[in-house]
Amino acid sequence: MAHDAGTDTPAATGGEGVRRRDFINIAAVSAAGVGGLAVVYPLVSQMSASADVLAESSTEVDLSQVEPGQAIKAIFRKQPLFVRNLTPAEIAEANKVDVATLRDPQTLAERTKEGHENWLITMGVCTHLGCVPSGVAEGEVKGEFGGYFCPCHGSHYDVAARIRKGPAPKNLVVPDYEFTSDTVVKIG
Amino acid sequence: MIRIFSILIGAFFSLALLLAFGTGAYSYITEPPAKTAEARFHLKPEHLDLPSNGWFGKYDKAQLQRGFKVYSEVCAACHSIKHVAFRDLKALGYNEAQVKTIAAKFTVTAKDPLTGEVKDRPGVPADRFPTVAYAGKGVPPDLSLITKARHGGGGYVHSLLTGYADPATYKNAAGEALPKENQPGDGLYFNPYFANLNLSMPAPITSEGQVTYDDGTKATVEQMSKDVSAFLVWTAEPELEKRHQTGAWWMGFLLFATVLAYMSYRNIWADKKGH
Amino acid sequence: MSFPWSKEYTPSHPLMVWLDEKLPLPRLVYGAVGGGYEVPRNLNYMWNFGFLAGLCLMIQIVTGVVLAMHYGGDTKVAFDSTEHIMRDVNWGWMLRYGHANGASAFFVVVYAHIFRGFYYGSYKAPREMIWLLGVVIFLLMMATAFMGYVLPWGQMSFWGAQVITGLFSAIPLVGDPLREWLLGGFSPDNATLNRFFSLHFLLPFVILGVVILHVWALHIPGSSNPTGVEVKSESDTVPFFPYFVGKDGWTIGLFMLIYSAFVFFMPNALGHPDNYIPANPMQTPAHIVPEWYFWPFYAILRAFTVDFLIVPAKLMGVLAMFAAILVWFFLPWLDRSPVRSANYRPLYRKFFWVLVLDVAVLAYCGGAPAEEPFVMISQIASLYYFLHFFVIVPVVSSIERPDPLPYSITEAVLGTDESAKLDGNG
Repeated sequence: MAHDAGTDTPAATGGEGVRRRDFINIAAVSAAGVGGLAVVYPLVSQMSASADVLAESSTEVDLSQVEPGQAIKAIFRKQPLFVRNLTPAEIAEANKVDVATLRDPQTLAERTKEGHENWLITMGVCTHLGCVPSGVAEGEVKGEFGGYFCPCHGSHYDVAARIRKGPAPKNLVVPDYEFTSDTVVKIG
Repeated sequence: MIRIFSILIGAFFSLALLLAFGTGAYSYITEPPAKTAEARFHLKPEHLDLPSNGWFGKYDKAQLQRGFKVYSEVCAACHSIKHVAFRDLKALGYNEAQVKTIAAKFTVTAKDPLTGEVKDRPGVPADRFPTVAYAGKGVPPDLSLITKARHGGGGYVHSLLTGYADPATYKNAAGEALPKENQPGDGLYFNPYFANLNLSMPAPITSEGQVTYDDGTKATVEQMSKDVSAFLVWTAEPELEKRHQTGAWWMGFLLFATVLAYMSYRNIWADKKGH
Repeated sequence: MSFPWSKEYTPSHPLMVWLDEKLPLPRLVYGAVGGGYEVPRNLNYMWNFGFLAGLCLMIQIVTGVVLAMHYGGDTKVAFDSTEHIMRDVNWGWMLRYGHANGASAFFVVVYAHIFRGFYYGSYKAPREMIWLLGVVIFLLMMATAFMGYVLPWGQMSFWGAQVITGLFSAIPLVGDPLREWLLGGFSPDNATLNRFFSLHFLLPFVILGVVILHVWALHIPGSSNPTGVEVKSESDTVPFFPYFVGKDGWTIGLFMLIYSAFVFFMPNALGHPDNYIPANPMQTPAHIVPEWYFWPFYAILRAFTVDFLIVPAKLMGVLAMFAAILVWFFLPWLDRSPVRSANYRPLYRKFFWVLVLDVAVLAYCGGAPAEEPFVMISQIASLYYFLHFFVIVPVVSSIERPDPLPYSITEAVLGTDESAKLDGNG
C-alpha cells in the first residue's frame, strides 16, 4: 500500500512532481487556515460595542441653566457626569492649594479648558471603587474640602474634584470634551 | 412477528387514508370547491426594478433620500419605522449635522436618566424613530420591515401604492366584475394587491407633485411610489450593501480554496487506481 | 474498524510519548479520523454527508452561542432584540442569517445522509445501533429546530408554537393538561418562549453527545460502502487520513459555497415573510406553514381528515406523523434482505426511487395551503409512504431475488481482485 502519495513514483517523473504536489497540498491547507481565520473575525468582533451603544458614546450637555456655584449631573456612557460652574472664590480656593502636597498633583487649569476655567466637568465615579460621590445638588454633603464626598469609604474631593482625604487614589476623571459653543459642551 | 405487526399497522393507516381520500374525493366531485373572490381577484405583486436587486445590488442614495422624503411627508402621519435609528440615515448620504436636524424635528418620549421621569424631548441621532399615535380606523403596520414581511418585497409596496382601482368598474383578467359582497364597505378602499382586496388605507400617493423633490426629479405618482418602495427596502435591509460586498469577496475566496482543495484531493488519490 | 492491517499510533517525540501515557487523545484522534482508521476505498460522494452534518452542527452551535449573547428571551423584547442583532450588533446580520440558513443546510445534509442509509441499507446488521442513534439525533434536531423558530417571536413563531403544541392536546385524557404543562399556560406566552430558549440552547449539546455515540458506534463495524460487501482484505480499504480527509475537505468547500450563497445573497429565500411581523395572538396568518424541512411530515399530519374507527381525525394525524418517523427505528428488522446495497436489489431500488419522489410530493403538499387538490394528493402520497415502510420493505425483502454481488470491494473498483483467485471464488 502506498500511503504516502508520490514517494514511490518512478524517479524519472519524481522530483518535480513531488514538489508540485506538496505545494498544492500545502496551499490547500493554508487556504483552509485563512478561511478559518476569516470566520473567527466576525465571531470576535460581535462582542465589541454595537452600533446603538456607540451612538451613545458622546453626549451634549447644555450649560445655560447652570448658575455659578451650582452643579448638575448628566449621563455620559451610562455613567454619571458632574458639571460644576465654579465661582471666582472657589477658583481662587482651588488655585491656593500647593499642588505638590496633593496625592494626584494637578492644577485646576489642567482640569479645565482654557477660556472656560469656571467649568469643571468630571465623571461622577469615585476613583476608589466606583461609587457616585455626593455634593452636586443643593444641600448634599460636600465633604471637608467643599467639593464632593464619597459615602462608601469616605473619600473627600475638593472644589477642583481632586482627592484630598480618604482611600481614593486619583482625582475624579476629566473626560474628553469640547465646547461646541459657549453654552453647549460635547462630551466624548 | 415484527413484520406481521408492521403490515397490520401499515394497513391501519392505509385504510384511514383511503377513507379520508374517498370522503374528500366524493365531496370534491359532488360539491366542487368554488374559488373564493380573494382567489379570483387578488393579484400577485409586480416585480419592481430596483438598483438593490440582484447579487451585486447597491442602493441609489439619491433615490433613498427621495423615498425618505415621500415617507416623511406622506406615510409618516400614520406609519412608524421604529426599528430605524436617526443615525442610520447617514447611510442615505446625510451628514452628521443633517441627521441631527432631522432627529430634532421628532419628539421622542423617553425616561430622563437622572430623574427617572418619562417626558418628551427632541430626538437625537442615537434615538430610533418614534412610534406614531394613530386614532383612525385600522392598524397601520410599522414599516421598518414591511418589504421583508410581504411576498414580493419592494414590488409589493409599489404595486399596492399604484394599484388602487375603482371597485365599481374594475374587471379582473377573466373580465369578471367585483361581486357585491366584496365591494369595499364604509371606510374601506379596493386594491387587488391587498390580500383581502379591501383595506382601510385610502390611496396615499395620488397626485403629481405631492412631494417636492430637492434634487429636481419630477415627482410623478410612479416615481414617488418607486422611491418610497426603495426606501422601505433599505429600512428592512440596511445591511444589504455590506452583505453583498462581503459575500462577493467571501465567495471568491471560497471558490479559490475549493479549487485548491479539489486539486489536493486529486493528488492524494493519484496513486489509487479505479478512482 | 480496527482491521489487522490498521496502523497503530506510534508517537516518536518524547512529549507525545509522555502525553500518550497520560491522556491518549492524539491516539484517539489517530484511530478515529486519522491514519489509523481504515475506510472502504469505494465510498462515493453520498458518504460525505455525515462529515458535513457534523460541520453543520458546529456552525449552529457556534453561531447560536454567539446570538444568545445578544438575544432577549422575553416576549416584550424577543422580536426587537432580533432586529437589534440584525441592525446594530457587529456582523449580527451575518450571524443570524448564518444560523437561520444553517438550520436549513443541516436538514438538507441530514436528509441526504438518511436517504443514503435507505438506499445502501446502512441500517442493517451489524450497524443497527448507528442507525438507531441517528434516528434519535433526527428527532432531537426536529425538536431543536422547532423551538429555535419560535425564538424571534414573529407571527409564524407564535402560531407554529400554538399549532405544534396543539398536537399534544390530541392525546386522549392527558392531552390538554399536557399541552398546558408544555406551554406553561393556556397559549404560547412568556413562559413558553423562555423555556424554548433554554431548551434550544441545551438540546444541541445533547445532539452533540448523541453524535459522539453515533460516531463511536460507527467505528466498531466501520463504514458501510456502496457495494454493501464487507471489507475482506487490505486492498479494500484506505486510511481515513489523508484519503478521506482530502475528499471531505474539498466537499466542505463546495458545501460552504452553496451555503454562503444563501446567507449572503438570498438569506430569506427559505424563510416565510410572516415571521417579520411581530407575534400577534389575536390574528392568525392566512396560511400557517412550518419551515420547509417539516413539510413532508406536516402533509402527513394534515392528510388524516376523517375519524377512523374509534380514533378521531386529529389524533389519527398526530399518530401518523409520529409513526412516520418512529417506523425508522424498526427498519433494521423490517428489511430482512441479506443484501445491503440497492445497487444489487432491482425491485427494492424501484421502490426506493418512488419513495424519493413521494417524499418530494409530500413536501410540496405540506408547503401548500390546506386546500384541494393538495389534501387529496397528500393523502395518496401518505398512503404510499406508509405502504413503503410498513408493507413494501418487509415483503420485498422476502420475495426479491438480488443481483450477484461482487466478490469484494477491490473487485468492484478494479474489476479483479487477486485475493479472489487465491480464494478460488473469483
